[in-house]
Amino acid sequence: MSVPGIVAINTFREAVRDRVLYNLVFFALIMIGAAILVGQISIGIERLVIVNLGLTAISVFGLVMSIFIGVGLVYKEIEKRTLYTLLAKPIRRWQFLVGKYGGLLLTLTVNTFFMALGLAAALFYVGRTFVRSDALILVAIYFILLELALVTAIALFFSCFSTPMLSTLFTLGIYVTGVFATDIRNIAGFTSNGAIVYPTRFLYYVVPNFHNFNAIGLAAHGGQIPFALFWQNTAYAALYVALLLIASAAVFSYRNFK
Amino acid sequence: MSTPAIEIAGLTKDYKIGFWHRRRRRSLDNLTLQVEEGEIFGCLGPNGAGKTTTLKLLMGLIFPTSGTAHIRGRSIDDVEMHREIGYLPEQPYFYDYLTARELLDYYARFSDFSATERRERVEHYLAKVGLTTAGNLQLRKFSKGMLQRVGLAQAILHDPQVIFLDEPMSGLDPIGRREARDIILELKKKGRTVFFSTHILSDAEMLCDRVAVLHQGKLQGVGAPAEIVAIEAHTTEVFFEARNGHALAPCLIERATQTGKRYRIEVPEADLYPLMDQLRDCDARVLSVAPVRPTLEDYFFRLVDKSQAPSHAVEVRTK
Repeated sequence: MSVPGIVAINTFREAVRDRVLYNLVFFALIMIGAAILVGQISIGIERLVIVNLGLTAISVFGLVMSIFIGVGLVYKEIEKRTLYTLLAKPIRRWQFLVGKYGGLLLTLTVNTFFMALGLAAALFYVGRTFVRSDALILVAIYFILLELALVTAIALFFSCFSTPMLSTLFTLGIYVTGVFATDIRNIAGFTSNGAIVYPTRFLYYVVPNFHNFNAIGLAAHGGQIPFALFWQNTAYAALYVALLLIASAAVFSYRNFK
Repeated sequence: MSTPAIEIAGLTKDYKIGFWHRRRRRSLDNLTLQVEEGEIFGCLGPNGAGKTTTLKLLMGLIFPTSGTAHIRGRSIDDVEMHREIGYLPEQPYFYDYLTARELLDYYARFSDFSATERRERVEHYLAKVGLTTAGNLQLRKFSKGMLQRVGLAQAILHDPQVIFLDEPMSGLDPIGRREARDIILELKKKGRTVFFSTHILSDAEMLCDRVAVLHQGKLQGVGAPAEIVAIEAHTTEVFFEARNGHALAPCLIERATQTGKRYRIEVPEADLYPLMDQLRDCDARVLSVAPVRPTLEDYFFRLVDKSQAPSHAVEVRTK
C-alpha cells in the first residue's frame, strides 16, 4: 500500500475509535422521529419534508465533522508529538498530509453512506416505495460529499499552521462567505465605489462558491439537475482541493517542529 | 576510508523569538562532529544544551539555519536516508487508540515488509522489549516506562543501520534500564551505530565508545569518556585522624572535612607531599591516600558551574 494509503487507513481507524461515527445514532433518531411525525402532520408532502430534512442533516452533520476534525488533523499530531516518530520513517511530508486528508475523507464518505441509508429507510417508510426521481437524492448527496471534500481541504490547510480555534473560525468564515458568494458578487452591481467593488469581486473569485453544491431543493422537489453541473461541480471541487493541498504541503514542508 | 555513519559540519540552529520574530535565540552553535560506523556515541549536556535540537535536525523535524549533516553519506534532506535510521524521541507519545501490536504493525508498513514478515517482526520486538503480554492493550493504558519500551521497539523494528535515541533510559525502572542497555550493546554487536542523548552519565560511561559534551548549544569536547575526564586536573584524597594525645594543626583542620574522628582533605597532585609532611609533623595517623578518579559527572557539573548562567540557549544578535 502507498504511504498516503497507510496514513489514511490509520486516520480512519482513529476516527472510528474516537467514536466519531456515533453521530449516526443522532441522525437515525432524527430520521425515525421525522418519519413518524411527518406522516401525522403533513399530507402529500411527506417525501418533500423527509428529503429536505434528511439531506440538510447529512450536510450539517458532515460539515460539523469535516470542520471540527479537519482543524485538528495535523495540529493534534504536532501537539502530541506523534508526528515525530512518523516523520523519522521514509515519509515525505506531503504524503503524510495527503494521507490525513484521505483518511478524513474516507470517514466522511462512510458516515454519509450510512446516513444516506437512513434517509432511504425513512423515505421508504413514508412512501412504501421508491420513485424514479429519488435518484436525484444520490446526486445531491454526491454534491454534499464534494462540498465536504472542499471544506476538509480548507480546514486541513489552516490546521498546518494555526490553532484549532482559529482554524475553525477561518474555515467557517470561508464557508459562510462561499455559501453567499453569488450575493456578494451582486453587491458590486449596486455601487461603483471601488472600496466595495474590488474586495467583493476578489472574494467572489477567490473563495469557493459553495452555493453551486446545494442541490437539496432540486432533489426534494424532483426537479432536473443538468448533467453538465455534475461534471462542473466535480472539476470545480477537484481543482480547489488540489490547490489547497498543494498550498498545505508548501506550508507544512517548511515547518519546524520545535 | 569508509563513510562515517554520521557527519555533521557547522550545524547551527537559531529560533526566531518575540512577537515580530525579530530576535533570534541560538540553540545550536556551529556543531561539527563525526560518528564512525559501529560506534555507540553519547551526546551529553544539561537541559537546553542542544542535544534534542541536534537530534531533531538530523531527523529533519527542524531545519538548520546553517551547516550540513549526512547520515551514511546521504544528506539529511534525503527522505530515502530514513530507511536506514531509527529514532526514539524524548518522552515519546504514540497514538493512544492503538494497541502496541497495532502501532508496531503500522510503523512496519512503511518499510515494505510482507504481511508475514511484519507479523514476525512485531512479535519479535514486542518480546525483546518485554511487552508480549501487553501487546493487545491500548497505548492509553501504558505507563511512561512501557511507552518508552514501545518507542525503543519501533526505532529498531526495521533493523536500521543507525539508531538515534533521545534519552532512552528516561522513565525506565532499573530492570528496564538494564534491558535497554543490553539492546544497545546488542545493536553494537550487530555492527549498528547508536547515537543517543542522555542525562544519566553512568550509562554514557558504561556504554559509549565516545561522547560529545554540549553546553549552551556549543560543543565542549568529544572523545572517549576516559579521555574527556582526563582533561580535568587529577586530585588525591587523604583520610587521616589524630593519634591519642596529639592535636592536629589548626591549618589542617580548617582545610579538612570531618566525619566522626576522621578527616578528609582533597589536594592537587602537586600539593600531596607538603600535606604529608604536615601530617607527619602533627603525628597524625594516615588512613588512606587515593587518587580521585574524575567521572563524567564531575566534568559535567564543573562545566555547568563554570558558566554560572542558567542552562538555556543563548540569544544572538541579528543584523
